[in-house]
Amino acid sequence: MKKLSKYPVDGKYGKFGGRFIPEVLMAAINELEKSYEKIKNDTRFKKELEYYLSEYAGRPTPLYYAKNLTKMVEGAKIYLKREDLAHGGAHKINNTIGQALLAKQMGKTRVIAETGAGQHGVATAMACATLGLKAEVFMGIEDMKRQKLNVFRMELLGAKVHPVKSGSRTLKDAINEALRDWVTNIQDTYYLIGSVVGPHPYPLIVRDFQSIIGKELKNQFMSKEKKFPDALVACVGGGSNAIGTFYPFEDYPEVEFYGIEAAGKGIKSGKHAASLGAGSEGVFHGMLTYVLQNDVGQIQNTHSISAGLDYPGVGPEHSFLKTIKRAHYATATDEEAANAFCKLSKEEGIIPALESSHALAFAMNLAKRMDKEKTIVVTLSGRGDKDVEVIASHLRESSE
Amino acid sequence: MSEIDIIFKKLKTKNQGTLIGYVTAGDPEPKITPIIADTLINGGVDILELGIPFSDPIADGPIIQAASSRALKAGTTPKTVLKIAKEIRKKHDTPIVILTYYNPIFKMGVKNFFSLLNTYKINGVIVPDLPIEEAYDYHKIAQEYKIDTIFLAAPSTSEERLDKIIKHSSGFLYLVSHFGVTGTRKKIQDSTIKLIKKILPKTSNKIPLAVGFGISNPEHAKLIIQSGAQGAIVGSAFVKIIDENHERTDIMLKRIHKFAHDLKDAMIIKY
Repeated sequence: MKKLSKYPVDGKYGKFGGRFIPEVLMAAINELEKSYEKIKNDTRFKKELEYYLSEYAGRPTPLYYAKNLTKMVEGAKIYLKREDLAHGGAHKINNTIGQALLAKQMGKTRVIAETGAGQHGVATAMACATLGLKAEVFMGIEDMKRQKLNVFRMELLGAKVHPVKSGSRTLKDAINEALRDWVTNIQDTYYLIGSVVGPHPYPLIVRDFQSIIGKELKNQFMSKEKKFPDALVACVGGGSNAIGTFYPFEDYPEVEFYGIEAAGKGIKSGKHAASLGAGSEGVFHGMLTYVLQNDVGQIQNTHSISAGLDYPGVGPEHSFLKTIKRAHYATATDEEAANAFCKLSKEEGIIPALESSHALAFAMNLAKRMDKEKTIVVTLSGRGDKDVEVIASHLRESSE
Repeated sequence: MSEIDIIFKKLKTKNQGTLIGYVTAGDPEPKITPIIADTLINGGVDILELGIPFSDPIADGPIIQAASSRALKAGTTPKTVLKIAKEIRKKHDTPIVILTYYNPIFKMGVKNFFSLLNTYKINGVIVPDLPIEEAYDYHKIAQEYKIDTIFLAAPSTSEERLDKIIKHSSGFLYLVSHFGVTGTRKKIQDSTIKLIKKILPKTSNKIPLAVGFGISNPEHAKLIIQSGAQGAIVGSAFVKIIDENHERTDIMLKRIHKFAHDLKDAMIIKY
């Protein structure tokens, strides 16, 4: 087998990935692949990206030793990679700046995006505002309800938000609607996808831009601890912050990967979003990957307290890492995530996104089982200001 | 020669374009689809396209999306669709083509899928999200069962790709008339006519060319045939009639019959 970092091969991660898309999109996807291949090693492009990442997005983000949390769990040392401190409050800006620069190079004037929790929509709106592109964001009306603040933020940033009323009215339907728009307006429009999902080369492009997370933390960790971490933990919806964290360590098997999916109200309840944990292989949104589907291949509705994890598919590279057992995938429930949310807020004075709280919940348990000289890095993919209303009503419900 | 080849040939000698009519199977409920199909065929549809409803139809506009939801709500599965086809076969020899997104095929297994299609005497398959690059096994197995693989070409398809697509296609080549999803439209764009004329030299003597997406009335169908295409595919316009009248089946059937008849009438070339 090839070195893991060499994948994808011909657009595939093992058998996963590929390009299952309507013929109308084929030319645009080919154009995207060619443009990206040309630009990605271009010195000027790299300089520009670096400039925006440091001067605009606030990188590098700190690697913080969570001493109080570590003390509390009495186990392995827990570090937090603080993507919540990136501009916009999440790791999403790493990808949107990169892709918006690419869109501009390709001569596209209009950018469309999908969003679940609204973080990718906000990050798209920001990147487009600063680079002078027109942004339109598709968002399920269910998500618009639970993330009102982010809808307003997008509008403030000059983006147009299209409410999506079809299907389950969440992230998957927002992607469907974005794809339909792209098919229609392919000549002037760039589809800026927000996670490591979709047809090749999107999972590759998004991974490349998000790998800044893992690259930084590798150096930061090395200078603090003079070694590599024993375990990396990140939440997985589509899986972009997780792949960004894992990728620079893929060829170092001594570093264990844990991807944490949303178990919602529990896997047995059927109300969850654990595509890797409880799904099966399928073809969805242009890729072969693990999906939540019924026995005749209809995609199923998902549930999670966090809109950002509420997706019935997952990036094809995660399906690959699961199949070859390079990464472990586990889950955390709504309840466990909410508890972790409150714990980090109280112990460290950091309010984490509900998405990242799933990773935290798992990491605290993992740390307990590990020796004190071991180390864990949790990617804190975003900040939780957007989630305080959801948490407030969750706490009300559980106290009733 | 397949049944689809035969029908195109036969109609060509009669100076007629081939009318391909689409409905989502199971919309509004499975037991009505055979009656709708009967009406379509009696009205003038030459090839019947039956859609397997899918939860996430990314190439479809609001009309067919809504039809898919209704059909799924009524409990339609791929197996239901095949049973519907069997019901239609009792009365008609009309070629039947299945339209489905790829995941239901993938889920049941490509081999199993074509074996079932063979059992149920289905003549061809259209999969809007399966480009030729991902269709190696699919194409091979379809050939073994002598089931036509109808691939799509788009306004953006390069000449080089078009050659490959034609090579993989049998039955007919499905040309998408414009950038966009399925749905009814007011007008056939000039660019569509130009596109047909550009592609015809590539397909002639190889495979019939049929045009779909946005063909909404007899005038449109006439224009498509006059431009040289051998077939016109009409979907959303039929599905819209079903949607508007799904509580009054008698009126629905009457309107479907008249619409199919008018479409077909417009596709007869008169000298």
